[in-house]
Amino acid sequence: MAQSSADQTLLKRSFRRKRLRENAAGLFFISPWLIGFLLLMFGPMVFSLGISFTEWNMVGSPKFIGLENYVHMFTSDPFYFKSMIVTFKYVFIMVPLQVVFAILIAVLLNRATYGIKFFRSIFYLPSLIQGVTLALIFSWMLNDDFGPVNYMLELVGLPRVHWLTDPNVALYALIFIALWGVGSPMVLYLSALRSVSSEYYEAADIDGAGPVRKFFNITIPLITPTILFNMLTSLISAFQTIVLAFVLTGGGPANSTYFYSLHVYRNAFTHFKMGYASAMAWVMFILIVLLTGLVLASSKYWVHYEDDGGGR
Amino acid sequence: MHALESKKRTQTVLVFALTVLCAAAFLFPIAWMLSTAVKAPEDIFTAKPELIPTNWQLHNFADAWNAQPFGRFLLNTLIVVGVSTPFAMLSATMVAFGFARINFWGRNALFLFVIGTMVIPWDVTAIPLYIQYNKMGLINTLWPMILPGAFGSAFFIFLARQFIMGVPRDLDEAAEIDGCNRWQIYWSIILPLCRPIVVVIGVFHFVWCWNEFLTPLIFINDQSMYTLPLGINLFKNAFNIEYEKLMAVSCLSVLFPATLFYFTQNLILGGISLSGVKK
Repeated sequence: MAQSSADQTLLKRSFRRKRLRENAAGLFFISPWLIGFLLLMFGPMVFSLGISFTEWNMVGSPKFIGLENYVHMFTSDPFYFKSMIVTFKYVFIMVPLQVVFAILIAVLLNRATYGIKFFRSIFYLPSLIQGVTLALIFSWMLNDDFGPVNYMLELVGLPRVHWLTDPNVALYALIFIALWGVGSPMVLYLSALRSVSSEYYEAADIDGAGPVRKFFNITIPLITPTILFNMLTSLISAFQTIVLAFVLTGGGPANSTYFYSLHVYRNAFTHFKMGYASAMAWVMFILIVLLTGLVLASSKYWVHYEDDGGGR
Repeated sequence: MHALESKKRTQTVLVFALTVLCAAAFLFPIAWMLSTAVKAPEDIFTAKPELIPTNWQLHNFADAWNAQPFGRFLLNTLIVVGVSTPFAMLSATMVAFGFARINFWGRNALFLFVIGTMVIPWDVTAIPLYIQYNKMGLINTLWPMILPGAFGSAFFIFLARQFIMGVPRDLDEAAEIDGCNRWQIYWSIILPLCRPIVVVIGVFHFVWCWNEFLTPLIFINDQSMYTLPLGINLFKNAFNIEYEKLMAVSCLSVLFPATLFYFTQNLILGGISLSGVKK
């Protein structure tokens, strides 16, 4: 009896030591990020959270006003919900479209036989162009009077569209333009598609599965980790989108493209209401964290990692 | 057998046609960028826009390049990219390995935190960060552009973690039995397998650093420290946009990353090195 209890304490001790080692190893491997975070992010984040409870125009010293900024945005800022709705609309149309679009192009490119390198580069090219430049190219292409897009519409007998000046169209025009940046997710999907072993397809062939079934039962499940990744990152960047609206529409026409980030930016750098802008940004931050957490939590049910079945 | 072959051929032709069609749509803005770059200013806004200009102005490229010290801007950009890219590749995979393979305390909460940092709106940290960099004496240096990526950006950590999660754990365990410690498992087993993702990180990081606009805009006032995007932006002032020069320099600036992508794409998509792992 005494023997086994001694064994147990020994076991416990070695278990504890193992846990300690595990923690130390984990800390060591994530240390680059930790250092970067503590050095460059932690301070500014605390600062901006603090500022969000104050009134501060960046010149004098901040004046503490408690939750007033947070109350103001939900009760008396006429643009707050307007910009929130615009942003949500953009996110919920743009993100699924981009996911589907990127997968389709990746599948197409994965099957293409001639000039693959060339075509891949073409689809990736727009993402290589600097954001402001791309926006300027489109500002000219979609110009009401001189733009080639309207010119071509007219050539085939269609009416001119006021892409960036019609409040009913402008947001969709921006979504359309944003889809040009599909290159990076597309590359990731291609990479994922290439790593799907052909044995799965061969097995499915033997079972007599058609291309549609193979796509939905083999391809899609195996690239779900990549889908999760692209969904989250495009969700996050869509929520923070600003450059296109900033350069192309300035939030107009009739505030139809007045994104949340633009509202934050205006308050911070045009009206110098840093406290209010910080408060708004923190609400956005919490909102995206919640949504991201929700998607991540749901991923347990639909994301398939190669390792799941095997391993221990 | 014959029917099957002809079915396959029509499929190939269909795929090819669809690819060309989509590619044309993607090429469209780039074609206009090129076309604008060689136009005379008065030919840019016309009632009948022409893709292929009648009046070619090839000197636009040289004029634009010489209008500002673009050699210096290019050098600055190359320094930023050259210093930060290797660090970005190493730190992201290292941190990702920690999150994917080691069961340390608070791992999941911390990982959510990493993703959370992607979500922080830039406009809010910008001013505190400016104050901080100023205290550190880093304003008007290239460091604000080099540092954030070098410590491992959340996007790449997440990407590498997704990848490492897909590598069977049996490999780690086999290595452990063979007497490898954690660092050896990372360095000689996981990292080589991560080659495609390391290249993806390298190329993406390169492209983003190359095009990064806001960071240098905020932290650099001294023109001699400008990077290419800021230089390009000089053609856009309060009164007008010098479209032809802006597009000409943009074309030149795209050449570098485009060439890089063209020659690394097989590495990026490296199915070969992966197929050995996946069952």
